[in-house]
This record gives sequence, structure tokens and C-alpha cells, in this order.
Amino acid sequence: MNKTFIIIKREFLSRVQKKTFLLSTILLPILIFGLYGLIIYFSVKGEEDIRVAIVDSKGVLENKIQSDKTLSFTFLKQADTAQLQKDLVDKKYSGYILLPDSISRRDSLQYHTRNNVGLMTQGKIESRINKALEKSSLQTLLAPGVTLEQVETNKTKVDLKVSKSDGKTGNAGFATALGFICGFLIYIVLFIYGSMVMRGVMEEKTNRIAEVMVSSVKPYQLMIGKIVGIGAVGLVQFLIWGVLMLSLQLLIPVLFPQVMEQAGAAQAAVDQAGAAKSSMLTTIMNNLQSVNMFMIVGLFIIYFLGGYLLYSSLFAAVGSAVNEDPQDAQQLMLPITMPIIFAFVIMTQAINNPDGGLAIFGSLFPLTSPIVMMARIPYGVPAWELILSIALLIGGFLGTTWLAAKIYRTGILMYGKKVTWKELWKWARM
Amino acid sequence: MPLLEVHNLKKHYGAHKAVDDISFSIERGSIFGLLGPNGAGKTTLLRMITGIFYPDGGQISFDGRPFKAEDDILHIGYMPEERGLYKKMKIGEQAMYLAQLKGLSKAEALEKVKTWFEKFEMQSWWNKKVEDLSKGMGQKLQFVTTVLHEPKLIILDEPFSGLDPVNANLIKEEIYNLAKRGCTVIFSTHRMEQVEEICDQIILVNKGQKILDGTVHGVKQEYKKNQFKVLTEEGIKLPASAQFQLVQQNGHEYTIQLAGGTSTNAVLEELIRNQVPVLGFTEILPSLNDIFIRLVEGTHATTRAFQAAS
Repeated sequence: MNKTFIIIKREFLSRVQKKTFLLSTILLPILIFGLYGLIIYFSVKGEEDIRVAIVDSKGVLENKIQSDKTLSFTFLKQADTAQLQKDLVDKKYSGYILLPDSISRRDSLQYHTRNNVGLMTQGKIESRINKALEKSSLQTLLAPGVTLEQVETNKTKVDLKVSKSDGKTGNAGFATALGFICGFLIYIVLFIYGSMVMRGVMEEKTNRIAEVMVSSVKPYQLMIGKIVGIGAVGLVQFLIWGVLMLSLQLLIPVLFPQVMEQAGAAQAAVDQAGAAKSSMLTTIMNNLQSVNMFMIVGLFIIYFLGGYLLYSSLFAAVGSAVNEDPQDAQQLMLPITMPIIFAFVIMTQAINNPDGGLAIFGSLFPLTSPIVMMARIPYGVPAWELILSIALLIGGFLGTTWLAAKIYRTGILMYGKKVTWKELWKWARM
Repeated sequence: MPLLEVHNLKKHYGAHKAVDDISFSIERGSIFGLLGPNGAGKTTLLRMITGIFYPDGGQISFDGRPFKAEDDILHIGYMPEERGLYKKMKIGEQAMYLAQLKGLSKAEALEKVKTWFEKFEMQSWWNKKVEDLSKGMGQKLQFVTTVLHEPKLIILDEPFSGLDPVNANLIKEEIYNLAKRGCTVIFSTHRMEQVEEICDQIILVNKGQKILDGTVHGVKQEYKKNQFKVLTEEGIKLPASAQFQLVQQNGHEYTIQLAGGTSTNAVLEELIRNQVPVLGFTEILPSLNDIFIRLVEGTHATTRAFQAAS
């Protein structure tokens, strides 16, 4: 069996079999989703249906207020406080409001109840009453014969789609979000797995196993084995996260049917109020179709691997150069972390101005391209730029690996000396 | 045919000559001592022989052919002075891993590891982690991983440091056994009494250069001062003589220095003629320790403080 493969296998298995890996990979998303589910569950289940009695002798609000299952309104003509109090005890009503004869915009109303009222419930009652009052006062402003419904139907909400001259269509808001998420993921990946490689190399050096190892394998094999092994850990972790997220996302409607019901009801209300317009979900689906999901996933993997290989070898070089002191590592890491942070800054610019000079430079330069290019892809990038960027990235990681291997070879056996970047450069030229 | 031949080997770090033109050869099945003060260039020399460093000049030939690191390191076992193992790894897995990296198949590795673990009574450690081992136990494991793949050449840098006498003997026995089975051993150390006991051939390195080469016996003969110990009876004084000089008196034990060209028989004859009852007459051979210190101090050149052999 190939030695590099044996090393890859060990690096991969020794990390995957650790309890912390299982914890962070499987338990973490489940925990987050569990929490998420609990919150939804309680916000849905925890609320009792509220029945509010409104004493409205003038009929100001009658028939104008919206009632549904969770919050319903009953109108009474006469104020019989004693009877209402009794009704509260009998739980016929959750609470009641005495409406004054005339009410202006800034008046406050009293809600009488025997229970505590949550902030959400209070807000809901408030907004329903406000809406109803608004309707009734708006009606007085309208010309005779014009109904509020007619006004409502004439409100428009146009979804702007950008159609570029090359025939591609896209939605700026959606592209921004998708680009940002992809870029941000790669940014995180570079840091997490890059420093994992660095710690692995430092461990080998401080344990003094390095010398034993390089008497059996070439330093280059040892370095590449570690980088590839940890990269595989990263891919597996992402895969598991992806599958978990997807399956949990699908599980939520099954576990909490009420949520979907409510969302559906809200959607129906919106549809009713507005003109017939595509729902949020279909908007997203349309946008997803317009940006070719396969290409994005494919390019994400390419830039993920390219960026990881490029930076992890640099991290390995730094790990090989430091001694036990982690502070030395911090110092030496700075020139590596700077371009990553710089790339992130360019990315935030590129999202606003995807075809700007800085964005184009950033998406071609191999040290920043994995992050910046991901942000540009959803907007559509010319093929030649993509090809050039990937070619430069491959060249870049071959270059950094070559450079790092030379530093690594010397550094891994060097003890006791505090190393500077000048020294590293000397090793690289040796 | 020697197993390992080194010709004019050089390694320079800038102006510093870590190894400066060293040549020697090691016979198959012999135990070879590589001696020298700290900073003499021993580790650099060993790292070139193990393929970790490329020499700046000179040739190494291994098993009759020019040394080719990729293939030949499979037949070399190297135990560096600074011991190192993966602390979080289980002992059995670790031994298997290192054996496979030396080119053994999984089945071969398992068989070898089991045999050696049995020999050293380590079977029960299999699932322990290295960090749970004592220093001596770690040392034994390190030795096992070094010789597991039955290398033709075994390089041991200070193999007995940190071992109690029982375990040190165990390892010493194994070194003899390996040499008997045809393994060649390079043994780098400061501890001269072990070298005298174990090694067939030694070289002494200082400041990157070889300053001594030969068998233990030969070296002692070469550096002897022609001094003898004469044991007589209480109260007897040695007569003054042109043939020898009195160096030291300790009760009735005398150390004498023979004049150049004088034979031992002539001295004995003279003593007998002078009615000196000779109870004992032995040659004083210098210890390797003495030779070592004499040669190294003579150069006045050690870069780092020399640690006397204990």
C-alpha cells in the first residue's frame, strides 16, 4: 500500500473516530434544530386561544376586525361589567375591552383580563385593533363608491429580476444571500481546517515523532498525507451536516404540522389581501432554477478544495516552524490570516458590485479567489474568468505546497530556535 | 563486503561545517559505536544515513549499491535520541502504523507486532494510549517499533537513557541477538562503559571530523601510554631504574612508566634481580573515556559544553 495513503488513512480515522468529532458533527446540528423545534413548538402550542369581548356600542369596529381560531373577537352592545367579570371566571372570554364612544389615533384602551398576557399576544391584539381602526378611518377619506378592498388590490409589489444582455436572469437579493453564504462558508472552512492542519503538525513536532516519521517517509508525503486526511474529514463533516440539515428541514413539517398550517394561513391572508402573486417559496424556487444549482455546488467544491489546499499547506509550514509556544504560532500565522480576512472584505464589496475592478481582481488572485469568486458566481461570471481563476488557483496551490514542503522539511526537525519569516524564507530557498 | 560505506561525507549549514569530510565503513553483523561530544555532528551524520538529509558532498553506499533513500530506508530502523510517539494513539495501532510505513503488509505487521509484544511482555498494553505509559515503557515500545521490520541496519541514538537496569539488560540482549542474526547496529552514545562492552568498532567524531577509527581493542592499544601496575608486598620500595619511572604509589601498588623501547621482561628481570617480590604485574590500558576526553579536550574546540560520560 502506498505510504501517503497509509498516512491519509491514519489522519482521517484518528480524527473521525474521536468523540469530539461525533459530538460536533452529529450532535451539534441536532441540538440546534432541537432548540429551533422547541421554540417553534412552544410558540405554537404554548398559546391558548384568546377570545376577546369588545364592548362597542357605536359599532365602530364591528365587522372590520379580523378573527381567527387563535384570536377571536366578540362584539357586545351593552357594557355589563359584572356579567363580563363572571364570563372571565367562566372562561367564556379571555378578556374584554371597553371601547369609548369616540376614539382617536392616540387613545389608549384597557384590556381587562384575569390571566397574564404575553408580549406576543398583546402585540397581536394591538395590531388587529389598530388595523380595524385604520380601516374605518380610511374609509371616511375615500370617495363615495370606492371600497377599501379596491384600494388594497391596487397596491403592488413588483419583484425585480435583472436581465443582463447575455440573456441570464437573476435576482439581486437572492444572489447576494447565496453568494455571501458560500463565501462565508469557505472563509470559515479555511480557518477551521487550516488551523487543524497546523495543530496536527505542531503536535508531531512537539511529540518528537516527526524524526521517526521522516526516517520512514518523505517529509512531503507526511505533509500531504496530513493535509489530504484532514481535508477528507472536512468534506465528510460538511456532507453529514448537509444531509442532516436537509432531513431535519423535511422533518419539521411532519413533527409540527401546526407550523405549516399557520404559515399556510398567513400566506392565504397575504394572498387574499394582495393581488394573486407567487408565494415566497416559489420565488426562491424560481431563483434557484435561474442560477443553476449544480454549477454552484460544483464550483463550491472546487473552490473549497482549492482554497483549502492552498492555505492548509501554508498553515502546515507555520506549524512546522513553531516550537511549543503557541504565541509564536499566532505571530507567524498573521501573514496567512491577513489575506483570508482581506478576501472576506473584498467579498462584501463584490456582493454590492460584482463586476467592479476590485471584485474581478479578487476573484482571480489565488489567495482571495476561493472566497471572492463564490460571492460573484450567483450573478453570473464569464467563462474565461472562471477558467482563469481556477487555473490560477491550481497554480497557486501547487506553488504554496512546493514552498511549504521546503519550509516543512527543515522546520519539522528544528528545535529550540524562535523562527522569523526571514528564516522561513531562507529555508524555502535551501 | 561492508553493509554501509561512507565516503567523504559533507554537510554544511552556511559557514558551519556540521559534517566535514567523514569516511568510514561498517561490516555486516557488527556493532558500531559512533562517539562524540554534543554538537559534534553525530545527529547530522545519522540523518544523512537515514535519508532525512541530503549530503552536500560525498557518497553513501548501502548493501553494495549507492544509497537510495526511498528504497533503502525500508531496511533501516532509526531510533532518534529524542523519542517520539503519537501520544493519543493506542499502542497496538501505533506499532502497526509504523510497521506499515516501513513497507510491511497489514498481516505481516500484525504478526511481527504480536511476536515482539510477547517477547517484551507488552501484550496487555495493546489498547492503552501512549500518554498513559511510563517513560521506560515508552522506551521499550520505541525500541520495538524501531526493529519490528527486521532492518538490515539499526541505528540507536542513546538507547539506554531512561531505562532501569532490568530493561536496559533486556534491550542489550536484543541488540546482541539482532547482531547475531546478521543485523548491523550503529550505536551512538556518550556512555563509554557501554561502548566498551558492546561495540566491535568505534569512531570518534568532533567538530564534524572523524578523529578516531578502529576496534575497541585496537584503539586502546594505540592510545596506551606503556604504563604498568606492579603489586608487591608491604614495605617494599621499588628501586630507581633507567628502564622505568615511578608515576604513582598507592600503598604497595605502584604505577610505573616504561622508558621507550624497554620490554616488560627486562623490567621484570630487573625487579627480580633487586629482590622485589612481584605479586602482580599488569598493563594499564586507557579506558575509552580517558581517550575520549584526551582527544576532545585536546582540540579545544567543542562548540557546546562537553558532558562527561557518567
